[in-house]
Amino acid sequence: MNFHDDLQKYGDAIAVVDQERGPVSYAHLAERADVLGAHAAPGGVKSLVFCLCDNNLESLAGYLGLLRARAVPLLLNAGIHPDLYEKLLAAYRPAFAWHPRGHAAGRGREVYADGDYVLTETGFGTSTELHADLALLLTTSGSTGSPRLVRLSCSNIASNAASIADYLGIDANERPITTLPMNYSYGLSIVNSHLLRGATLLLTKRTLMDKAFWEFLKTERATSMGGVPYVYEMLKRLRFGRMDLPSLRTMTQAGGRLSVDLTREFAALCAEKQIRFFVMYGQTEATARMSYLPPALALEKAGSIGIAIPGGSFALADDGELVYRGPNVSLGYADDASDLARGDDNGGVLHTGDVAQCDAAGLYTIVGRKKRMLKLFGNRINLEDVERMVAGLGYDCACAGEDDRLRIHTTDTDNHTAIRAFVAERTGINPSAFSVHHIAAIPRNEAGKILYSALPA
Amino acid sequence: MSNEDKYAQVFMDTFSVDREQLNDKFVYQCVPAWDSVGHMGLIAALEDTFGIMMETDDIIDFSGYEKGKQTLAKYGVEF
Repeated sequence: MNFHDDLQKYGDAIAVVDQERGPVSYAHLAERADVLGAHAAPGGVKSLVFCLCDNNLESLAGYLGLLRARAVPLLLNAGIHPDLYEKLLAAYRPAFAWHPRGHAAGRGREVYADGDYVLTETGFGTSTELHADLALLLTTSGSTGSPRLVRLSCSNIASNAASIADYLGIDANERPITTLPMNYSYGLSIVNSHLLRGATLLLTKRTLMDKAFWEFLKTERATSMGGVPYVYEMLKRLRFGRMDLPSLRTMTQAGGRLSVDLTREFAALCAEKQIRFFVMYGQTEATARMSYLPPALALEKAGSIGIAIPGGSFALADDGELVYRGPNVSLGYADDASDLARGDDNGGVLHTGDVAQCDAAGLYTIVGRKKRMLKLFGNRINLEDVERMVAGLGYDCACAGEDDRLRIHTTDTDNHTAIRAFVAERTGINPSAFSVHHIAAIPRNEAGKILYSALPA
Repeated sequence: MSNEDKYAQVFMDTFSVDREQLNDKFVYQCVPAWDSVGHMGLIAALEDTFGIMMETDDIIDFSGYEKGKQTLAKYGVEF
């Protein structure tokens, strides 16, 4: 049975503590979820619903209610750029939007309200055809304006949650605190794997740089937290080693490659504090998780992504590309509404786009990427999308860089500040991730293709 | 350059803002660039500029431009 259909079995146990709203039991959460679900799938007709998420009770109840009613939610960040939201709206024509009251997403008739959230009709109706197996949609590199989505089934969600709960040994005593948005596959995997086992989610909108986050963590005795690489850089700066957090027993890391130095540092610190430290690897295309490095190897094998999760397996293609097989491999992509009628395009096989090596002990290490893509503070960014964005502003450019550092090389000489501000505003990513550099001419080969290798480092 | 000028310069460089914007209303998350990532960059730049190492509580309580001056005073930075 899917965990989201089975919430009542934990009855009065606390499913969630919202920092602003307090505790809510599993039974009550299911009840709230179902009232929304009934409104979003009237007469049991499967509908597409845009769900604008923040780490709060309403978003969680909305997500669960939609899954339970077999409506199909697309989870988006409530802080999504309005232009991108419009693009998605036009591309996918959802029947409803579940959003914070007063949000720009709400323009149609109000159908239902709960807390600070409202369900509004978009006016598109249920004309979009949805495949019977389609349960959930997540964005890929949503922040660069690409409307590309990942299509997930109920069994994708259920199998990945079960694998994660299995290798992390999650039980009902766990109390993970949120450090990631729930519309992000890693953040959502924490939600799913813990609700599966009857644990208590600690939901907060606060960031690690906020005093209230740490107060909440201490008062509610959080037992685990997850983080993308920049979260670990923040923890280092906050002198995590000197913090006294006796309730914390597990820390997980995913959403990009953590540097070997930082991995070693945290592996050692966590060992000292008797915290289990899991370095993990995944992609939204695999629902979330594909591998993990057992904590006992965290120090010795720093830099490795470890072994495939239970139920999954890795292989290397002839060109070194890491290929994953497992029940959590998504159905495929969608680029517009017509793709939502498609079935399973992937057949349980995912070509990750990452180039890897496997050592004698069977542990995998990522050594490169086939795609022109970077991770900026955990957000996947296609360099081509950024180039298109800047070209749209009227500047010729070519992009390169490393994770958390994207370089925009442009022939323009005068508008570097404006380009940087524009890209940061559009993507919603902190401007410190972007730098703009002048280049006399974009290096191209005879066929006119950009020679990225000829760009200055 | 006075400490006041150096302090202001760090904010101007980190958040791409003008000096006129820096007052008691300039607080955490008042501009998109001052998010958690920007906060980390701000703290790093202040520590470098003034040659100090801030305590955890002071970092997470560094909530605004004016408030920050009081914090830095604890580390011997006079304004």
